[in-house]
Formats: sequence, C-alpha cells, structure tokens
Amino acid sequence: MKYVDEFRDGDLAKNIAANLAREADPKRHYRLMEFCGGHTHAISRYGLADLLPAHVRMIHGPGCPVCVLPIGRVDQATRLAREQGVILCTYADTVRVPASDNLSLMRAKASGADVRMIYSTQDALKVARDNPGREVVFLAIGFETTTPPTAVAIQQAAAEGLKNFSILCDHVLTPAAMHAILAVEGGVSIDGFVGPAHVSTVIGSKPYEPFADDYGKPVVIAGFEPLDVMQAILMLVRQINEGRAAVENEFTRAVTREGNLKAQQLVTDVFELRDVFEWRGLGSVPKSALKLRPKYAAFDAELKFKVDYVAVPDNKACECAAILRGQKRPQECKIFGTVCTPENPVGSCMVSSEGACAAHYSYGRFRESAA
Amino acid sequence: MSTVKPNYSRPLDLKNGRVDMSHGSGGRAMAQLISELFASAFDNEYLAQGNDGALLPPANGRLVMATDSHVVSPLFFAGGDIGCLSVHGTINDVAVMGAKPLYLSASFILEEGYPLADLKRIVESMAKASREAGVPIVTGDTKVVEQGKGDGVFITTTGVGVVRDGVNLSGDLAQPGDKILLSGTIGDHGMAILSQREGLMFSAPIVSDTAALHGLVAAMIDSGVALRVLRDPTRGGLATTLNEIAKQSGVGMMLQESSIAVNQPVEAACEFLGLDPLYVANEGKLIAICAPQDAARLLEIMRAHPLANAAAIIGEVREDAHGFVQMTTKLGGRRVVDWLAGEQLPRIC
Repeated sequence: MKYVDEFRDGDLAKNIAANLAREADPKRHYRLMEFCGGHTHAISRYGLADLLPAHVRMIHGPGCPVCVLPIGRVDQATRLAREQGVILCTYADTVRVPASDNLSLMRAKASGADVRMIYSTQDALKVARDNPGREVVFLAIGFETTTPPTAVAIQQAAAEGLKNFSILCDHVLTPAAMHAILAVEGGVSIDGFVGPAHVSTVIGSKPYEPFADDYGKPVVIAGFEPLDVMQAILMLVRQINEGRAAVENEFTRAVTREGNLKAQQLVTDVFELRDVFEWRGLGSVPKSALKLRPKYAAFDAELKFKVDYVAVPDNKACECAAILRGQKRPQECKIFGTVCTPENPVGSCMVSSEGACAAHYSYGRFRESAA
Repeated sequence: MSTVKPNYSRPLDLKNGRVDMSHGSGGRAMAQLISELFASAFDNEYLAQGNDGALLPPANGRLVMATDSHVVSPLFFAGGDIGCLSVHGTINDVAVMGAKPLYLSASFILEEGYPLADLKRIVESMAKASREAGVPIVTGDTKVVEQGKGDGVFITTTGVGVVRDGVNLSGDLAQPGDKILLSGTIGDHGMAILSQREGLMFSAPIVSDTAALHGLVAAMIDSGVALRVLRDPTRGGLATTLNEIAKQSGVGMMLQESSIAVNQPVEAACEFLGLDPLYVANEGKLIAICAPQDAARLLEIMRAHPLANAAAIIGEVREDAHGFVQMTTKLGGRRVVDWLAGEQLPRIC
C-alpha cells in the first residue's frame, strides 16, 4: 500500500539495524524512552526490540491517554452514566479502564447505563442532536492530538445552541508530563526521548527544546511507522555518542517547529490550563491539563452535573505508576500476566494496546519464556 | 350443491407487507408465511413431508453436527447477506470436520415490522446458496418477537454431515513440525461489514468472502494427503483460530507475516481504523495443518481450487510449553500473535 509500505520495508530496517549495531558503543548503555503509546505499539507490533543491540533499551513512557487516566476520572464518567441517566460517549478503549467498585464503563453499560463508543467528536454531536430529550456527555480524553477535535465540537455546539451536550474534560499536555518525568529528584536514568508523532504535528517541535537545553536530554521526534522509530533511535544514539542534546525531527513529512497554528488557536479559544491535574503514575502535576474556558461553561459536565472528582488510590499490587514513569518494566510487576491480563486488567497500562503492559503481554511475552 | 367454499386466503403482500405478531403465532398467518415464502423457496422432498421434523434416510458413516446463529448487522452487505451467510457458515463448520454436508435446518427469529420484501430477498439468497451447495434445508422454525426486541432477522442454522472412514480431523492433532496452510486473503468479510456500517463508508469496494468450502475440503481429502486439522477462521480471525488449535494440541506456532496475504482495500481500511487483519473475520477461508512432507502437495491441490488459488504455507507448528503463536514480522522482528482481547468489531456474523 502506497505511503505505508515505504515505511515498513524490511531491508531498510536491516540497514538501520546494522548501522545501530556498528555505532552503538558496546561499553555503554542507552536507555531511551518512547513517550508515546503509538511508538510502544509499533515497537511491539513489529518486534523492533529484536533489531536493536542488547545495550540499546527502550523504556515505555506514559503517552497513552487511557493509561494516564486516574481511577477517579473514570469514576466520574461511570457515575454520570449510572446515576444521572446521561448518554455517555467515549473513544473505544476507555470503556475497559477499571474504575471503582469493580466497574468500568463497559460493565456500567452491561448493567443498563447508556454508554456509546464513538469514533469522532462529530459522532457525539450527532447523538446529542438525535436525542434532544436526553443529556449527552462526551468523555474527552487524550493528549494534544485529540484536543482540537474536541474544541471544534464545543464551538459547533455553541454555534448551534445545542443545550444537551457537554464534556468531561480530561485532555492532558505532553510537555508537562515529560517535565514531571525528568523533574524526579536525583535525576532519572533516561538518556533520550523518541518524541511524539501526532502530538507534534499539532504543537510542533519547539515545546521540546527545554528538555534538550535545560535537562540535556536529546529528543528526536519520530513518526509512528517502524522505520521512523528505527531511524529516530539511530539519531538518538548518534547524539548521545557525540555528547549532544538537541531536538531533532525525523518526522519532517508532518512536523514543523511551530506546529499547526490553526489547531493551536482553536484550542486556545476553547480551553485554559487547569491549576493541577492528577495523572495516574505521575501524581498531581501542575498546569498539565486543560479545562473549558468560562465562556463555554455551559458545556462543562463538571459544572453542569454533580460529579466532583474524588481521588482513588490505585490497586496496591499494581505497578502502573512506576511503569508509566519508566522506573519498572511490565514483567517486573508481580501481577503482570497472572491477575492482570488484557481480559481482566487491574491497571490501566493493561487496557489499551498502546499501554506498556498490554503491548508487552500481547506481543512480547515470549521473551521471558525464552530467558 | 356443495356448501364447502374454496379455501381462499389473500396471498402474502411480499411487496409492501411487514412481519406482524401473527406470523409467529402458530395460526393460519404463520402457515401461510411458511408455505408461500419458506417452503416454496427451499422446496425439497424432506421439507415437503410437512411434519414437525424431517425423516432422513440412513447415513453411511459417522455423523457430524454443527450449529451456528447469525446476527450480522447490516443484514445485507457487499458480497452477500445474512441468508447466504447462514448457509455457508454452517456448511463450513460441518465441512472442516472432514464431513460431507448433507442437510441443514433453519430457524428464524423475526422482528415485528420487518419488511416482507427484505425477508423474501434473504430467504431467496438462502435457497440459492443451499441449492448451489447441494445441501437442502430440510426443516425449520419461525418465531416473531415484538418490535425493538430483535434486530430485523436472526437466523440459526444446523447442519448434519457424514465423515467417511479413515478421515480423522481434530483441533488436538497438530504436531511439532507440521505445516500450517491458509486458503487465501484474510479480513475480507469483517471489513466488508464494517465498511458498510453507518459513517464508515470507504470508496474502494470491500467484498465479503462468504462461500461454502465443502467442495474445497472434498478435493483436499480426496487427494489422500494426511490432513490433521482443518478449521475456518471466522470470528476472531486467523489469530484467534490458530490460538484455539495451539491450545487444543498443546503446541506453539511460528508464522511468517510476509506469507499472509491481505487484499489492499482491506489492508487500507484496517490501517485507517487501527485494526489488525489477523483478528478480522473471514467466512470463506480455511486453515489446514498437515505433516511437513505433505505440505507441497496439499498446497498444489488447494491452489487448483477456485476458492483457494491464493493459498500459502504461512508457518509451522512447534514445541512450546507456553502455547505461544508467534510471528516473524516483515521487519524481521518477532512478536506474539495473541488471542483477541475484548471485542475488535461489532456483530459481524
């Protein structure tokens, strides 16, 4: 298939792998974090770990919208759906995230709540238009990639005077999460980042510059195709070998330094920063998430309904927090693959195929069996 | 002069009429629906017996029986409809047991208000599929549920077939070293259904592969090749079916991604929706597992059949206490091909 096969070429991958094998210094370790779940998925789905030298190790970062959603946020959605009789719309994987009381949106649906899986914010608007007698709430999750479509929906709803539509806003910000990872006291053992693909098409490469300039960590923005990831890893290894720390862009076919200004303008019009937002794994991070501006308050489900956020601690045995920070690997969690599986996820990293645990379980767990 | 009036009832309005509750009540309306629609379309000597069940002649060999309920939405899709699908699906379940399918039953659950014209199209499609396959529908049942309690039409078919002596196929017979063959491209049916669902129209045509595979199976068995396992990878796709076999046989598998064919529109649609064709349903494909020395000959026989001309050897069975189905990717890496977790697609068969 054109525009896809070019980026999945096995021979080219072997070339890059050979360069990596030649250039990666055997006397040192390279610990590289791919921030995005999209990269985690590509690495696992294509078995890229097999193409890397043993001393180049990928650490899965927190860039999976479903994974960083704390239990309390999912509880807000299940409570709305179960107690307030709203039609709750959300993107697919979100319905499987475990919430309190052994619930998830999927289980809430099975017990009678009206939960609908949608593909786009336009679908949610349509549900609202088609059900004028019911309240429709869109559980808006995701990083900067999914935020502009939510902004468009809010503007449309406002223009149409749609009174029965609102959102539970859980949109979060990538650079803030990267700061949170790097700001750990005593430093972190991460030598560089594979930077986000789709997020960067929106925000550009500029917001990553402080990570290179202030923290001295190289960042290479990469597309989600396997060759993109391989090339970015090679670029990171080269920067590290040369003792440089810069923001480089492998994904030039889609990402500029300034990003998508129109999308940024949309987001600025509709959203403002939250003072603080609790992330799963990263805890409370200041200025790391968005909420609706006061002029759009009528569409804010947190104001429209009585659904206060109540923080809920994670399951004690679950290591999602350490895994999301890159401090542990999925297989180092005691309940990985036993109590916690994709069918019965305990932690959120086991839910989405972009989650570190689900990706390792679904694609990579033969590695331990061989060891 | 006789006082007996001729028994006249107005024919079913197959143009504008709709299913109503009386069509499932056991009374005259039901008898009329059965005789004017079902019996006339399915017409065969067993159905003509007119009894509660079909009296069938003695069978020559061990019997195989399989049943399958069909709840696909939409009912009509590119390449087929619920009618032919319900015939093909059950014939295939019987056939992959190594049996020659002989008879089918069909049970309908109709929703009040469903247009009779559409029901007629479905029934005619079933009749055509059954005639082409040479497997008659010999008995059936009809129920009607109130509006809102069904989704137009649900069809359950049951098939009976006979296995000749010496043919022993089972999911627990795969052995390390065996070769795994696949009869063609994957994901066509599931993506045909999905692409037709509301709001997800693709301009490139994706056509369901729904087909009866008993002719292909007969050719494979008649060749004398020692088959160990046959199975049709329907719901859950190729990945799920291979995991089922691996579990039953207590073995692992290693596949080659480059040998698994996907039609380009299917690949594009999967890419667009973030789906993996390995998990998308097929309705006209089969997986065969045989001893390594028989693989080349089996492949040749499959490729000579119109329903398997794109057949390929896609991997081999290996010893593995974990029962992992693994794959060498096109990039040269390795991955597990796991069971489908949760649900990849809405109702597809």
